Amino acid sequence: MPEFRSKRVLQLRFPARAAELKRIREAVRESVEGCGCSAKSTADIVLAIDEACQNIIRHAYRRESDNVIELEIEHRGDGLVFSLLDHAPTIDPSQVKPRDLDDLRPGGLGTHFIRRVMDEVDFMRPVSGHGNLLRMVRRID
Amino acid sequence: MEHAVREEQGNLIVSFQGDVDLEHSPKAREVLLGCVAKGQDVFVDLSEVSYIDSSGVASLVEAFQASKQKGTRFVLVAVNAAALRVLELARLDKVFTIHETLVEGIRGGT
Repeated sequence: MPEFRSKRVLQLRFPARAAELKRIREAVRESVEGCGCSAKSTADIVLAIDEACQNIIRHAYRRESDNVIELEIEHRGDGLVFSLLDHAPTIDPSQVKPRDLDDLRPGGLGTHFIRRVMDEVDFMRPVSGHGNLLRMVRRID
Repeated sequence: MEHAVREEQGNLIVSFQGDVDLEHSPKAREVLLGCVAKGQDVFVDLSEVSYIDSSGVASLVEAFQASKQKGTRFVLVAVNAAALRVLELARLDKVFTIHETLVEGIRGGT
């Protein structure tokens, strides 16, 4: 197994509020572009991270609040590793599923976007033992 | 996000500018459903939308479904590349009626 050097390119803590997401998108865009992603991949990644943050706000914390979301991006070898941590009650990952796109209805697209954009999506147990840790990997094209 | 609504040849033209995101999509939804409720054909200009997320797309889907119930047209026009990419990811580019320009949209069929 080749050993890849890992470099943290972004670390943010922010309240679970919709008004925060624009600056988060800008920070993610800048970091991802700086790692060599194409404009198209960057836009896709920004969307996926935004949607993952929205899922935390809407489904983990259940509403906007000052509860904290932590985002970290690491550049590892030929990929980017995104970690999103919240301190909400533990969710059941099996309930976080993309919906059938043939079932045309207004909601439920966020998880589909995340899975379309990312190469790996895993819910992990945070070191602290509480909250939720979403780890996503995207290879750099 | 900014928006504008104008009437042209009996149609309602809604244009959005900026980010149609979680913060602003409730307003977008209100504007779109309000236009559809008037019973006129609605054309949504997305040329100046810099970003749209699933909540913004959901507003479009809801208004589209409301227009179907009304029997009116709901057409997206001048969809820029960023917004089109999101519609493609949702496989909605084949569901919505999309025209390159407003003129084509108004002239076009369903």
